[in-house]
Amino acid sequence: MNFLNGITLLLIYQLAGEISVLLLRIPVPGPVLGMIMLFITLVWRGRSSTSLDSASTALLSHLSLLFVPAGVGMMVHFDRIINEWLPISIALILSTIITMAATVAIMLASRHVLAKKVKKDD
Amino acid sequence: MIERDLAAIWVYLSTTPLLGLTITLVTYSLAHQLYIYAHSNPLLNPVLTSVLALFILLVLTGTSYETYFEGGQFVHFLLGPATVALAIPLYQQCSKLRKLFLPVAITVISGALIGAFSSIGIARFLGASLQTQLSLAPKSVTAPVAMGISEQIGGLPSLTAVLVVLTGIIGAIIGSKLFELMRIKDDSVKGIAMGISAHGIGTARAFQVSSEMGAFSALGMALSAFATAVILPWLLNFLDMLN
Repeated sequence: MNFLNGITLLLIYQLAGEISVLLLRIPVPGPVLGMIMLFITLVWRGRSSTSLDSASTALLSHLSLLFVPAGVGMMVHFDRIINEWLPISIALILSTIITMAATVAIMLASRHVLAKKVKKDD
Repeated sequence: MIERDLAAIWVYLSTTPLLGLTITLVTYSLAHQLYIYAHSNPLLNPVLTSVLALFILLVLTGTSYETYFEGGQFVHFLLGPATVALAIPLYQQCSKLRKLFLPVAITVISGALIGAFSSIGIARFLGASLQTQLSLAPKSVTAPVAMGISEQIGGLPSLTAVLVVLTGIIGAIIGSKLFELMRIKDDSVKGIAMGISAHGIGTARAFQVSSEMGAFSALGMALSAFATAVILPWLLNFLDMLN
């Protein structure tokens, strides 16, 4: 029963997110807004529940599986991927490395600078 | 006789979603077992091996993607509630998050821009078509969001879905090695970087390392999806006006 309650709650928040996106015309996908709404609810309530915990653990422990059907979609674009394989693969690999290294560096630098500033303010 | 029976069974099965759904789950659990058996070797990432195995299987049996997706959609659908579910690990790291709010905000916004423009720039430099460049732009963002952005800026949403999955696989493969090279030990920093560059697949990998890295990866992924969805269409439009 726990799992069922949890998944129902997740679907309700997703639905609320989708409806708000349509009504308010925000350029953000419904599930993302639903997640933000659930996060705010949890912060406001001050605790999670066992049913939510069990549903989220079940879904998130198999998160990789959920990407498989979208990935198989590469067969639809096979010709384009073959024709442009070089720019696509180099752009994907290089850009992922650049993004990852840059975000690590920016995170460390900004945390360092801000920590210093906090110390000075004290 | 038996052959004809088998053919009849195949005709029946190929019209129901049952087969597509079952082969997705069977392939994934085999891929996952292989991954565990190989001591979590990142090159055998279960998304990569199951996508390749299913691709070969569909081509060999002459099954179209549309037919497969009638079953696959049930798994694909769960991406929505799974995205919502990310609020829970996020909430569990709330106290740590509050202290890091400003650095995280700065990192997310710059990371979203670097991810989009580095891929457009490299692809353009190497002579990719405009539509491919635009489909590549939201590659670091989680699939459902990226597809929406791609449509908005003039890319091909279904091509974007594939590029997003490939990006996630690349991120999950190179992540640990890169962090090791950069001598990063802090799980919150690693998580944020993973989530911004490699969305859900990176997050799935991060959860295997530690729940803290997973939660921060989920945070990076959620915030960068939000930031990219808001900034990128607007910025591309603006740059277009300058040209």
